Amino acid sequence: MSLSRREFLKSSAAASAAAAMGMTIPAELQAAADVAESNWRWDKAACRFCGTGCGIMMATKDGKIVAVKGDPAAPVNRGLNCIKGYFNAKIMYGADRLTQPLLRVGADGKFDKKGDFKPVSWQRAFDEMEFNIKKALKSGGPEAVGVFSSGQHTIMEGYAAQKMMKGGFRSNAFDPNARHCMASAVTGFYQTFGIDEPSGCYDDIELTDTIVAWGSNMAEMHPILWSRVTDRKLSDPERVKVISIQTYTHRTSDLADIEIIFSPNTDLALWNYIAHEIVYNKPDAIDWDFVKKHIVFAASPVNIGYGLRKAGEKSLLPVNPDGSAGKYSAKEMQIVNKEMSKVISAKEAPALKPYGYKEGDVMTNKDAPNANLGHWEISFDEYKKALEPYTLDYVATISKGNPDEDINEFKKKLQTLADLYIEKGRKVVSFWTMGMNQHTRGTWVNTLAYNVHFLLNKQALPGSGAFSLTGQPSACGTAREVGTFTHRLPADMMVNVPKHREIVENRWKVPAGTLNPIGNQHIMKIHRDIEDGFIKFAWVNVCNPYQDSANAEHWIKAAREMDNFIVTSDGYPGISAKVSDLILPSAMIYEKWGGYGNAERRTQLWRQQVLPVGDAMSDTWQWVELSKRFTVKDVWGAQPLRGKDEQGNPNSLPSVIDAAKAMGYTEDTTMFEILFANKEAKSYKIDLKSFPQQGYDNTDGNGDSRNVIGSDGKVFKGYGFMIQEYLFEEYASFGRGHGHDLADFTTYHKVRGLKWPVVDGKETQWRFNANYDPYAAKETKESGNSHAFYGTIAKELMQGDLMGVKDKTTKALKNKAKIFARPYMDPPEMPDAEYPTWLSTGRVLEHWHSGTMTMRVPELYRAVPEALCYMHPEDAKKFDVKQGELCWVESRRGKVKARVETRGRNKPSRGLVFVPWFDEKVFINKVCLDATCPQSKQVDFKKCAVKVYKV
Amino acid sequence: MSETKTKKQPVSDRRKFILNMARGAGLATMGGFIWSAYVDEVTASSLMLRPPGAIKEHDFLKTCIKCGLCVEACPYDTLLLAKPGDNKPLGTPYFVPREIACYMCPTIPCVPVCPTGALDEKSVTTDGKLDINSAEMGVAVVDHSSCIAFWGIQCDACYRACPLLGKAITIEYSKNERTGKHAFMKPVVQSDVCTGCGLCERACVTEKAAIFVLPREVALGRAGDHYIKGWDKNDEKRLENATSKTTTTEISKKSAVDSLNDSKGLY
Repeated sequence: MSLSRREFLKSSAAASAAAAMGMTIPAELQAAADVAESNWRWDKAACRFCGTGCGIMMATKDGKIVAVKGDPAAPVNRGLNCIKGYFNAKIMYGADRLTQPLLRVGADGKFDKKGDFKPVSWQRAFDEMEFNIKKALKSGGPEAVGVFSSGQHTIMEGYAAQKMMKGGFRSNAFDPNARHCMASAVTGFYQTFGIDEPSGCYDDIELTDTIVAWGSNMAEMHPILWSRVTDRKLSDPERVKVISIQTYTHRTSDLADIEIIFSPNTDLALWNYIAHEIVYNKPDAIDWDFVKKHIVFAASPVNIGYGLRKAGEKSLLPVNPDGSAGKYSAKEMQIVNKEMSKVISAKEAPALKPYGYKEGDVMTNKDAPNANLGHWEISFDEYKKALEPYTLDYVATISKGNPDEDINEFKKKLQTLADLYIEKGRKVVSFWTMGMNQHTRGTWVNTLAYNVHFLLNKQALPGSGAFSLTGQPSACGTAREVGTFTHRLPADMMVNVPKHREIVENRWKVPAGTLNPIGNQHIMKIHRDIEDGFIKFAWVNVCNPYQDSANAEHWIKAAREMDNFIVTSDGYPGISAKVSDLILPSAMIYEKWGGYGNAERRTQLWRQQVLPVGDAMSDTWQWVELSKRFTVKDVWGAQPLRGKDEQGNPNSLPSVIDAAKAMGYTEDTTMFEILFANKEAKSYKIDLKSFPQQGYDNTDGNGDSRNVIGSDGKVFKGYGFMIQEYLFEEYASFGRGHGHDLADFTTYHKVRGLKWPVVDGKETQWRFNANYDPYAAKETKESGNSHAFYGTIAKELMQGDLMGVKDKTTKALKNKAKIFARPYMDPPEMPDAEYPTWLSTGRVLEHWHSGTMTMRVPELYRAVPEALCYMHPEDAKKFDVKQGELCWVESRRGKVKARVETRGRNKPSRGLVFVPWFDEKVFINKVCLDATCPQSKQVDFKKCAVKVYKV
Repeated sequence: MSETKTKKQPVSDRRKFILNMARGAGLATMGGFIWSAYVDEVTASSLMLRPPGAIKEHDFLKTCIKCGLCVEACPYDTLLLAKPGDNKPLGTPYFVPREIACYMCPTIPCVPVCPTGALDEKSVTTDGKLDINSAEMGVAVVDHSSCIAFWGIQCDACYRACPLLGKAITIEYSKNERTGKHAFMKPVVQSDVCTGCGLCERACVTEKAAIFVLPREVALGRAGDHYIKGWDKNDEKRLENATSKTTTTEISKKSAVDSLNDSKGLY
């Protein structure tokens, strides 16, 4: 089969155009695109790695994946890939792939926390899990059973895990690593729009005039999108401006017209400066017609702490005279204590003046214990008052990040930045990733981005908008949309909303009152609950929490030295597996049917390409098998919860056993029968004669030729129904008709993904915009407004001013979005005499997250075998360390050795060092601080204070 | 299978080409001596990458006393001494970037220890200070057919690995007309800056490196000093080497008078 270049261009262009329009690709062209040689088979899939969501084609030969190509029909990448995507074919075949369950055992063959790992059967593995979960439930109730979930879970896995955790175990101690990557974006969306996920899409890149990257190294972390940005710049170099706003120079600045290096955390001030510039100096730029119709102004408390541990928590007891407290050293407590109160610094004092603070005041973080998302409506004048401090002088002084840059040059850049945003007729896209999300005021800074775009009416328009880029391949598709967070349910529903619980309980056919209304065990809380000895069982799914969590030594110690049982499901032996008690070998991405959702709301599904390696099984299977071990009487009796209700009674969950019986279940009905193998599930038939199942393995549905001995000691022959389709369709049913509409399972196997909401077979490019979004069109039918911000969360507000609520009557703000007054504040830990340098962490293009996959691809390992400590050459001199030699990077929490790099891809200014976190040998998370945004609970991995010195 | 074969073809062609060139260079250094048993080593020698500061290969072979001090001084174990069977001039230092590249230590520990000047400190000194950036160990060459950046893949691993990032390797941006919305980012070696450290070759993610270091003599052409770029002030300095040598071609090799008197075949 040979296609001439011309024909190829024609077919791939047609195919991608078809996909872009949400059409099925004509069969002939599809065939031409999938040139199928007799010896191998091509099939479409999504790239395993980042949130960009590139489409790929996998070639399978003799039951193994042998090659990959970019999918020319995929609208995101049109046949291209980055260097990680290029190696998708190799990630599953590392020599140390986990192939059988492994348990720590003693000489007698019994489980021994101090024993070595020995292979055990799946049956034994589930016996141990069952035993330890029951033990944990008995000791602390449902909240003592925790799961580290993932933005890399497939949609179906995440949904299966969610059902068993929340519907079965009634536990909300279930939170994904996505908490670390985009929780602040989510709370930003909720507070601003009342609904999660971006309004725009990647097509904005081709349509805009201005690309502003805020705290985002797109060039390395979203390379395919960056290549689209580059193309846009090349197509009109004069008109198109690229601005790179970062805390250190990196690859994204290469293309930039302007690079702004700011001091960590002062992005809050930069956004407010732009708003100040608009409101005070260019008020004509405000689109008052838009603002009046679509916007309200809002404020919230500022004394909310930093998401650190709070006084009185078990691991902080006893408080000792030397300043140490429980498991935390006196040095650590210097920072932890700021959770309770802090002294206002000179740097932040002007910004906090409108809130009644001055330099030297003690701010008591009395709102920290709840750190609630509460906010109230204020007037425009109050908002204007909050902006008053952000003059060019003040902002330039506190935010200039390069001590060697001239302040006047820096001011000029800020002025130009504001001018570009404000310029009439200029389209602007603001992109950000971890810089704005991993931030102790991450929610705030996310909302500040929308402020500027809203004032100028440059949001939710083709080519204009503030756009949060996602890090993980299914942080959107699974973690957010399925709702695998402690507080969430599918389709933006919340565990603390009775109506939402009711909808989910009905759909799941579980008794009313089954779901636990208290969802506060976010990922850091799970770690802390383990350290406090409260969580006794934790299961790691598709993530590496013992490498990826800040202040790692505490959590590792807790896992290894306390009375608990930690299970890790993984493809490779990473740090989390190493600190576990039981390891389960997981099928990797192309060894199972699955689906991901990317940052532009594009849902992509794939089929199982090959059989898993060894006895590895999918996470869906693991969850479903576990569900067979628990009956109604095991989990649905009355259960204690921590804390007290408003009347002062201890929180608890009622018994729903009687209600279950009334529904036709017995005490011995298993969760398997209720949640997974129910009548509806069985209606999704195995049909090997038709698309999309024909010709493809389905280990979960049919078993496979490996004849893996399953959880009952017998060969696993499959569930006998199309379980992935069942899970997908049941999950999708929550969102259809509610602004989250997905197409059906089979359609996604034909197209290159679709951007939800998919209404009448058509995807949506710009949400909330009446011209593009059918939901917005419906809402604006009468008003004729251009937009409808139809999200429903936090859409009734009390009235007040910057200082607080003044009038408790609530006002509805249907179809409106919010502009928030939020000040600059210091992060809890800043460089001082003893720890004089900022540490920022992040990623490199060559490696994915903790490197469990990419460090096993020889080419990528050779390209970047270790994490380096990037620093300014003058700092290297000051620290007396030399290029290429090892140095210590030490904080109040821990230290690591890393090689000094003064001339590499990342070029910090004096005063900041950067260390990537992919390398388990340079375990930088031992050094990082576990402070979070108190609202989003997302850890700030981007800033803490360290000293660097000679080894 | 067939794909692997077709892929390999150009590689072996390239190797042949390089080897032929190397032999040519070897013969030239030998000044027309008869082909002998040790020529193999010399041909290999012309493809060897020497430590920073190495003087011209011909002189280097005569000056190096094979003491191994430079090898001992290397903190990265980059430098090796040629062993019997390596098919390289025995005992002389070299490095293989794909295995361990030169990490370009600012202190260049391998050079000052050289007792004979085979590694010439002056050649890696700028304004009285050791300057590894002035080393000329070789120059990186990109094979456009196997470099995946030329396919449109967002790679640039070599660029990011380069210690003189943005100077020795730069990125050439161009539109990808096939996709209509992506850009090529192709690595371009700036041969006047590249030191030949080989960190790019080491980092290259293709099976066999698509960017690799060759000795400068082997890899670089020479434009000739009779033409100076009118748009480049720095190019003026080549004038220092410009000469007014008499030229001879087939048509001019006889004297004018002889030519004039030879009208054979003209009428």
